[in-house]
Parts: sequence; C-alpha cells; structure tokens
Amino acid sequence: MATTADTFQAHHDDHAHHDADHKPGFFARWFMSTNHKDIGTLYLIFAICAGIIGGAISGIMRMELAEPGIQYLQYWVELFGGEATMDTMGHQWNVFISAHGLIMVFFMVMPAMIGGFGNWFVPLMIGAPDMAFPRMNNISFWLTVAGFCSLLISNFMPGGTGNGAGTGWTVYAPLATSGSVGPAVDFAIFSLHLAGAASIMGAINFITTIFNMRAPGMTLHKMPLFVWSILVTAFLLLLALPVLAAAITMLITDRNFGTTFFDASGGGDPVLYQHLFWFFGHPEVYIMILPGFGMISQIVATFSRKPVFGYLGMAYAMVAIGVVGFIVWAHHMYTTGLDVNTKMYFTAATMVIAVPTGIKIFSWIATMWGGSIEFKSPMVWAIGMIFLFTVGGVTGVYLANGGIDDVVHDTYFVVAHFHYVLSMGAVFSLFAGFYYWFPKMSGKMHSELLAHLHFWGFFIGVNVIFFPQHFLGWQGMPRRYPDYAEAYEYWNGISSFGYEIMAGSMLFFFANLIYAFIAGKKAPDNYWGEGATTLEWSLSSPPPFHQFETLPVIEDHHNYHDHIGDKGSASAH
Amino acid sequence: MILGDIARKRLSFLAILIGAMSLSTVSQGALAATAEATPAATTVAAAPAAADSTAVAPAEAPAADSGYTPLGPDMIKGQPHDGGWDVQKQYSIIGDTAEPLHVGLIWVMAVISVFVLGLLLYVMVRFRKSANPVPSKTSHNTLIEIIWTIVPVLILVVIAVPSIILLRDQYQAPPKDALTVKVTGYQWYWGYTYPDNGDFEVISNMMPEEEAKAKGFPGHLEVDHRMVVPAGEWIRIQTTGADVIHSFAVPSLWFKLDSVPGRLNEKKVFIKEPGIYYGQCSELCGARHGYMPIAVEALPRPQFEAWVRSQGGTVKGDAAAAPAPAEAAPAEAAPAEGDSAPGEAAPTA
Repeated sequence: MATTADTFQAHHDDHAHHDADHKPGFFARWFMSTNHKDIGTLYLIFAICAGIIGGAISGIMRMELAEPGIQYLQYWVELFGGEATMDTMGHQWNVFISAHGLIMVFFMVMPAMIGGFGNWFVPLMIGAPDMAFPRMNNISFWLTVAGFCSLLISNFMPGGTGNGAGTGWTVYAPLATSGSVGPAVDFAIFSLHLAGAASIMGAINFITTIFNMRAPGMTLHKMPLFVWSILVTAFLLLLALPVLAAAITMLITDRNFGTTFFDASGGGDPVLYQHLFWFFGHPEVYIMILPGFGMISQIVATFSRKPVFGYLGMAYAMVAIGVVGFIVWAHHMYTTGLDVNTKMYFTAATMVIAVPTGIKIFSWIATMWGGSIEFKSPMVWAIGMIFLFTVGGVTGVYLANGGIDDVVHDTYFVVAHFHYVLSMGAVFSLFAGFYYWFPKMSGKMHSELLAHLHFWGFFIGVNVIFFPQHFLGWQGMPRRYPDYAEAYEYWNGISSFGYEIMAGSMLFFFANLIYAFIAGKKAPDNYWGEGATTLEWSLSSPPPFHQFETLPVIEDHHNYHDHIGDKGSASAH
Repeated sequence: MILGDIARKRLSFLAILIGAMSLSTVSQGALAATAEATPAATTVAAAPAAADSTAVAPAEAPAADSGYTPLGPDMIKGQPHDGGWDVQKQYSIIGDTAEPLHVGLIWVMAVISVFVLGLLLYVMVRFRKSANPVPSKTSHNTLIEIIWTIVPVLILVVIAVPSIILLRDQYQAPPKDALTVKVTGYQWYWGYTYPDNGDFEVISNMMPEEEAKAKGFPGHLEVDHRMVVPAGEWIRIQTTGADVIHSFAVPSLWFKLDSVPGRLNEKKVFIKEPGIYYGQCSELCGARHGYMPIAVEALPRPQFEAWVRSQGGTVKGDAAAAPAPAEAAPAEAAPAEGDSAPGEAAPTA
C-alpha cells in the first residue's frame, strides 16, 4: 500500500506504541488526508477563500450599482483580457453575477456547512472515530477544489460576447447553449460536474456514517439535531444532484455534440431545462439552509442551558422540509407559461413549506423560553439568524403566490428574499457555528468582543444592503442589470452603502482569527459550560487526532425527552 | 365564499391601517411629488422636439393617415419613482385584482415578522441569565406545538383562497375578438407584430439616454417605437423568443410573461386608461439584457386605429368599407382578419 499516507508518516519508527495524537507529516496530513477533522479544516479554509472571492465580486457589483450608468465595468473587462465595448461590459456584468452565485452556492456555503462543520462534528457528535469512507472524503474535497479551479479558469475563456460564462448561476438554455459561443460555459458546467460529484460522494459518506457508525446507545432519536440536519441534507444531495448532472450534461451535448434537448428547432424545449434545473435547484436551497438549522438548534439549546424544545418535531420538521422541497420546483418558473392548474398546485405546495419552517422558528423561541440565556457570540448570531430568516421566510410566502409573482418575478424583490434566507439565514448560521466551534477546532479562544463587533456590523450592514432591495423589486427593477433608470438610484445608493458596513465588519472577523491564533487563550474541553451537552464537548480542544478509540456508550436512563439534554448521558466512557 | 368575505373584511380593516401608514410617509409623498414635477417642467422644453418628430414622420411615410401623434411625457403613467417603496400604481384590471392581495400579504408579512421579533425580544429580556439563573427543563408541550402547526395552516388557507382566485382570473380567456399583439424578444430589442391588422411588425429599440432625457422621457426606459395598443379593452398578448429567452414585463400592468424560443405564451391584459407604461426585459438574455426596455402606449380606439394605418396596417372596418389602401398589400391583409392566431401559433416548432 505504497500509495497510502502511511508511507509519508514522519518518524514512523519512533512511535511503535499506539498514540491517538500521532499525526502524519505536513504533506501527507493536508494533501492525502483521511482524517475527518483535517478534511473539515481544509473545507473551512477553502470556503473562507471562496467566500472572500465571492464576496469581493458582490463588492464589485454593489460599487457599479451605487449610481446609474456604467462606471467601472470597462476596467474589469480590460483586467480579464478584453476590449471594453457595450457588449463586453454587459457580458462582464453577467460573468460577475454568475460567478458570485456559483461561488457562494457551490464553493462557499455548501463546503462550509456540509464539508466543514459536517465533517468535523458529525463523527464527534455520534461518537464515531471517523467517517465511514475516509479516502472518499478526501476525493470529495479535492474534486471541489478542482471544480473551483475550473470555474475560475472559465472567467478567462471566451464566452460569446466577452470572456467568461455570462449565463447566470442557473445556466438557462438557450443562452447557455447557442447563446454563448466559446469554452467558458463548458468550463463552468464542468465545474458543476466536479462539485456535484464531490457532493454526491460526500452525501454517500454521511449517510453511511450516520446509519452505521453511531456509538452504542445513540439511537436515531437521540442524535443531536445537527446530525439530523446533515442526514436530511445528505439525502437531498443524493437525490437532487444527479438530476443537475443530467441537465448540465445535456447542456454540454447540446453545446458540443449537436443534440437538441433544449433547442426547439430540433424538437427540444428550453423550458425542460428549467424543470430539470429547479428540480435540483429547489432542494439545493434547503441543502444550504438545513445544516444551518441544525447548528442553530445546538447553539440555542447550549446558551439557553435547556434541551431543545420539541426535539422530535424539530427533527421531523427537517424531514418534512426535505420531502416537500422536492415538489415545489416550478415556483421558480411561474412566468415561463405554465398551465393555470400547474400554477395553482405549485402555489399551494410552496406555501405548505411555511408550516414545518414555522415549527422550527417557534421551537427555537420555545427553547429559549424559560431558559437561562447567555449572550455569547454564537448565540447572538443564532438569534439574528432566527429573526432574519423569518423575514426571508415571510417574503417567501409572498412569492409563493403565482399571481403575485407576476409583478416581482426576476426583480430585486427576489434578490432580497433569497439573500435574507441565504446571506442571512445560511451565513449567519455559518458564523454562529464558527464562533461556537472555532475554539474546539483550533484549541484557541477567539475574542468575544471582536465577535460581537463583527455581529453588529454584519447585522446592520446586510439589512441596509438587502431591505431596500424589496422596495426596488416592488418598483420593478429587474435582477441582473448593470445599469438602471434614475428612479432606482435612491435605494441602490443605500444598498451599496450597506455593503461598506458589511465589508467593514468582516475586518473584525479576520482580526479575530489572527488574534485567536497569536494571542488566544487555550480553550478548555467545554468552554461553553453546562449547556453544551453533545459528545464533542467531552473531548479535548482540539480533539485528539483519532478520537473514540474506545466507543462512548450513551446510557439510556432518561426519558427520551431529555435525549441528550443531560450532561451525564453524553460523557465518554 | 365565506373565506373570501373574511379576506375582504380583513382587507378593509387593513385599508385603515394603510391610511395611517401613508400619513407616516408624507416625506415619501413629497419625494414622489418632486419626481412628478420634473418631467412636467421639462415638457415645455420637450415640445419642440416632439414637434420635430411629427414633422419628420410624414416625410418618411407620406401615405400615412393623420390623427396619430405619439404621447408626450405628460402621459407617462407606469414608471418607477425614486424612493418609492411599494409596487407601481396599477392601471390594469388584473392589477386591480392583485393589488389588494399584495397589500394584504404585506400586512401578513409585517405582523408575523413583528410577532417573532417581539417574542425574541421578550425571551431575551425575561430569560436572560441574570433574570432567570435557573433554567426550566421543559422540552415539550403538545398543545402549543399543535397550535403553532394549525395556526400557520389557517393563515395559509386564508392567503390561498384569494391567491387561487387571482390565478383563475388571470387565466380566463379574453373575448374572441380581443386584439392580438405578438411580442417577439430578440437580442436585444423587441418586435411587436399585429396579426389582426395586417401582420406588420414594429421593431422597438431603447432610445439613447440623452435623447430620451432631452425629450422629457425617462432614460433607460423610453424606446424609439412603442408598442401601441388600444386602451379600455382586452388585449391578447402572445410572446415568443427569436434567439434566447426574454421576458416581457410591465410592472404597472401586473404583467410578466417569458418569451421562449419555440413556444407561444399567451396572457391577456386590460389597460384602463390611455398612457405610457414602461417595463424592462426580465429574463437574463445576454450582454445587453439591461438595455431592451418596453414602452406600452395605450390609446383610445380611434387614435390606435390611426396609428395602425400610419404603420401601413389595416383595421377591421377598412377592408369591408373601402378597398382604398390597395398599396397596403390586400393579399396579406385579408387572411390576417380571419385566422391570424393559428397562422402565428407555431413559429418554429
């Protein structure tokens, strides 16, 4: 087995005895990793890098949109190796919106939520030594990196009217087929293939791990809600991504091999692509938020020093969201010319999702009710997420109405809605989880002050960015416009100002990272105190390189209502 | 329709609240007022420019009927207002049906958001560590879990009833003799074909911003040739795409319909009064997606017919009364009277 990491282990002979903290050398540890915690760390570093790029692109966009007219696009066109004309500037804009969407969805939120926190804490929380398929785990990560490289390369390739793929993250045909000549779109599609394959393998890994590697006594109904959320997410990935893979493979063959799946002149149908894409795309939005739900549940329970309220309801609400999430896709297509009955069905089905989501919101509040709440940094992010996700949720109910959607479809109202649920729902969850677990992962305490400053700057910033976009949408401003009528100047100016606040708050985040690694205090095993009851808190910070060599036993002397709510049940034996 | 009644009563209650809210937005009103004042002030300056264009038009088309002059900036009805925070004022029958639902939903959204915010603030204060040092161990209450499942269901049912009614209204077929306008999305302009009126096509490009502003029209929204339609009657709008998918959208008419290559989508609209209504392409269609605006010009029937004749088209009465417009190719015009829609139904498939 010369190809395994064993060959690269440093000082192999010095450690004849078995040592749980025995680490391989640098290259083997980080480039050939089979350790779920190291792979989780890699995913988090990758997601932060991708997030910086994706966030910088949104800065470019908000800068351009701060006032009417084209101010900066010509410079960006020249930077990417083109000649600034009306067409190339418009195309460059489309490249930015596409890259921002694809990066944030596939290379920031998903790797951070599932690859990062999922990899790190699913095995720890269920008392498993590692993931079921450690090497497949490593392939998943490096395929994601390869996918990201493919997407970055696409920005420098010809894509029709300019360099890069200017198709939107949805890659609708025929704009993405006959409408975009050149290899850029092929590179972008290939990037999705790679990221998709990585996610499918990750999903298989999580499902197998959760079903087979739970510690003795850890029944499904005793699993922490974060594990439940990853389990549901993994099923969504497993069922949705193959559909995306099929759709974008048909795009590739339409583009390069003369097929006409989505070309009406050859008997195909452009709307078919949209059905396939959104059959994946709608579960995808739940893939991005469900692990966040899981993290929020852990955090709210920890800092209220109470077990999660309505544990079973919470777990099955996520299952319900996952199931119903598969049968609402065409609400993204209300204006494509759907049949009236189809529209009525999707209106009704979409609104149904509000019910399990409402259960989650109210259960979080009920968890806090009667608690003894400490406002540590993860908790303030979690409370911020609960409120802002509610705002994004109610605008979702508004948009669910097919007849109402006629006026706001593809406007900034939709942009505001999905940024409230993602840029606030998912990203607030990510930061909450990050501050919750960062000392556990790194062994260093972060600064609570900086984390709170980060929260307030980010909270105010994103609201100033996105709340006025509801008004822009109602006033009729379409999405994906580099330039706009003067009547949209007021709210756009405010929105761009909000970006500066948000970007400024990110300085606190990076300062906090630097502070923690340079001057952070050593983190104790359980630095959040008695509210933190899941298994990861029974381990050192950071946990040993290989944990649970003797499996912990989860004792069953409690009523299941208390599932993991009691400290005694969660300690490792 | 008990639920409909409830919805209506609720909405009338909400109307009072809206009145109160509109008082609180006097500053908004002031903003809108200045926005309206600006085009009015420029009308004078624009008048010579408008005169110019009418002077040129006869020179280009000497055979054209008189009686049509393009509407000026004073007739702009559907357009965004800077700082506006609600949907544009509605000028169509469907818009009138949809707007109360939209307003009702705003209140549902606001009430739920404020309710959740209130609950959060309450628990944050009441159950903070210093106020409540010993947490309870309650993790179940079947009654409250049933309540917070059932109540949202009821709210959704109350929303669903008017929502489904709105969908039904939107999809009821227009009268058989309704005028048909076929809208074709091109990269990156619009084509408006009038199959009932001789099948001529009007090509509509964005008017350069400086030119539009000089004439008193909003830059980025005004076009060189508008889509002219009659006001006060049902119109059948059919959309299709020539190259990629575009979307024909006019916010003040509550209208949005994708124009998909190989498909012919259809939707009706009833514009209540003459005026200019602006919209923009609403499906990403490539480099100049942001530069293919829509301007619908609704005119009283006689002026509309005058416009049709000025474009070389025919009006229903014309062919029967007098074979006068012989130069307008009667061979083309005649079939267009009867079976226009089937002829256009499948452009590519």
